[in-house]
Amino acid sequence: MDKPIIQITDANFWYGAKQALFDVNVSIMPHQTTAFIGPSGCGKSTLLRCLNRMNDLILGTRVTGRIAFNDHDVNAPDVDVIELRKQIGMVFQKSNPFPKSVFDNVAYGLRIQGMTDKTELETRVVKSLKKAALWEEVKDRLHESALMMSGGQQQRLCIARAIAVEPEIILMDEPCSALDPTATAKIEELIQDLEKDYTIIIVTHNMQQAARCSDYTAFFYLGRLIEFDATNKIFTNPTNKQTEDYVTGRFG
Amino acid sequence: MNERLTTDTVVLPKAQRRRTPRRRWAEWLVERGIFLVSLSTILMVFLIFAFVAREALPVILRKTNNARSATPVTAAQVSTMPPEQLATYLGVTIADLKKYNAETVKALVELKAEELSQNVSADSRVNTTSWGWMLRARQWVGYDKPEYIWQPVSEIPKYNIIPLFIGSLKATLIALIFSVPLGVGAAIYVSQLAKPKIREVIKPVIELLSGIPSVVLGFFALLVLASILQGMFHYSSRLNALVAGVALGLTVIPVIFTISEDALSTVPSGYGQAALALGAAPWQVAWQIVLPAALPGVFAACVLGFGRAIGETMIVLMASGNASIMSGSIFDSCRTITATIAAELAEVVFGGNHYRILFLLGALLFAVTFVTNLVGDVVVHRLKRKLEGAR
Repeated sequence: MDKPIIQITDANFWYGAKQALFDVNVSIMPHQTTAFIGPSGCGKSTLLRCLNRMNDLILGTRVTGRIAFNDHDVNAPDVDVIELRKQIGMVFQKSNPFPKSVFDNVAYGLRIQGMTDKTELETRVVKSLKKAALWEEVKDRLHESALMMSGGQQQRLCIARAIAVEPEIILMDEPCSALDPTATAKIEELIQDLEKDYTIIIVTHNMQQAARCSDYTAFFYLGRLIEFDATNKIFTNPTNKQTEDYVTGRFG
Repeated sequence: MNERLTTDTVVLPKAQRRRTPRRRWAEWLVERGIFLVSLSTILMVFLIFAFVAREALPVILRKTNNARSATPVTAAQVSTMPPEQLATYLGVTIADLKKYNAETVKALVELKAEELSQNVSADSRVNTTSWGWMLRARQWVGYDKPEYIWQPVSEIPKYNIIPLFIGSLKATLIALIFSVPLGVGAAIYVSQLAKPKIREVIKPVIELLSGIPSVVLGFFALLVLASILQGMFHYSSRLNALVAGVALGLTVIPVIFTISEDALSTVPSGYGQAALALGAAPWQVAWQIVLPAALPGVFAACVLGFGRAIGETMIVLMASGNASIMSGSIFDSCRTITATIAAELAEVVFGGNHYRILFLLGALLFAVTFVTNLVGDVVVHRLKRKLEGAR
């Protein structure tokens, strides 16, 4: 078995005085999809945002324990958070393309890394759009505003934007919660394709979605990791009573 | 459960039947009231403009003429002249003219002829209140080339408004060049980059700047700023367009800052988060993502700043040097439209040419700000549409 790409050891997290995570231990395997599930406020999004340090933006937060990405603590003082975020991409709950053209959206991450060569940019943008299964739909309107696209297309554009910079990991924070079933199906399909090249961590409220597209599932409740195992096992034969109640829909 | 449902369905319609018409009346009344209030502000603006323009109307419609008649009338012509024309020529009323005997009339005619022959320069035959001489340069007697001159108190009053427009634009542009980068820069810093503690200090302090009375700022410009700038640039006239522009800039900064800051703060945080998650530095997010998204608001702020700068009076009156000279140099004194009106209106003859031309200047200033705001509005809408993606 491979070495975990992310190793979370005894992670605790506070928003001011309120503790949101309690002694969480999770290992994320490379080229696998891991789903974080649990009822609202259970800390799954918080943990996700700890991985690329997006929680730094919120004042008064504090984290203890070790979150190692390729054996290096992401919270160590010598870590360049900008470099870290280039390697750990993120897709948000609400699709948030920039108010720029489709092309400029995907090219943004490459441009801020200093890529200026036009043909190189073009190749990378096309490649990313193809990977995000969006190329056929937008190839004739690359220079139109991204805000003219449908919600599902916008979210796939955000995925294309994230994979354009070729990160190792893609974090997805409830990427389908604002989409209709057709668009959701497309994104789930996409997640399965992307698994070959990337490690994906997805936070979801939708248990079917976790069951359909993840290899591992972590169930959180009130800031604690209740159970973490292969998705198959979590959904068919969970060890913990709370997990069973949740995945069978008895609460949450 | 069932019981509650029935009571609800029975009670509610009754209450509604009694209440609805009265509430509709009240709503209608409030709505009309608000409509009238908003209408009255439009009416006020219109009335102010109408009043200012009315005073200037004779000049606008070329009804004024201050040219002196060219040739003196001879004694022989006097006998054939109609009395009204003679009275106008001599500058007396008809009633007075009828009281005079022939000797007196003859003496008056001779006196007038002498007067006319004495200062019959080419300039005196020109109607300086006409649009042509208000806008075009003229080679006045004693000058070696055509010039634009504003010299309303003079043997031959000269009302060329071009130097005043140049003065106003010069001071305003300097003010904007100085205040737009500072105001927008401060807004970007405060809304995007500053820590909350720093923000809580900087924001009110900049906004406090707008609370300084402009006469105090003018005083500061006159005594302190002028000396500092002269020390830096070593120019000859101590009070000039640069001093006035920089002092004006100080009043414009809070306007631009406040509105830009609002526009930047309302950019959805999702844009910034997405860029940060891609590995952008905070300054890149502010400059490449948030500023373009807030551009309509920032541009509107600059248009408002322009209006504030071109309409400001006290600072330019005190700090610009007030010389109405045609010069492109920012180190020369300048005289703005506003300062001219403020300085001269109190001393003019009520209803005279000078009085009317000052009102014309006021109306033109109003028109300039109106057109600027209109064009600004169109540009803002275009920018917005472009951002939203429509073509």
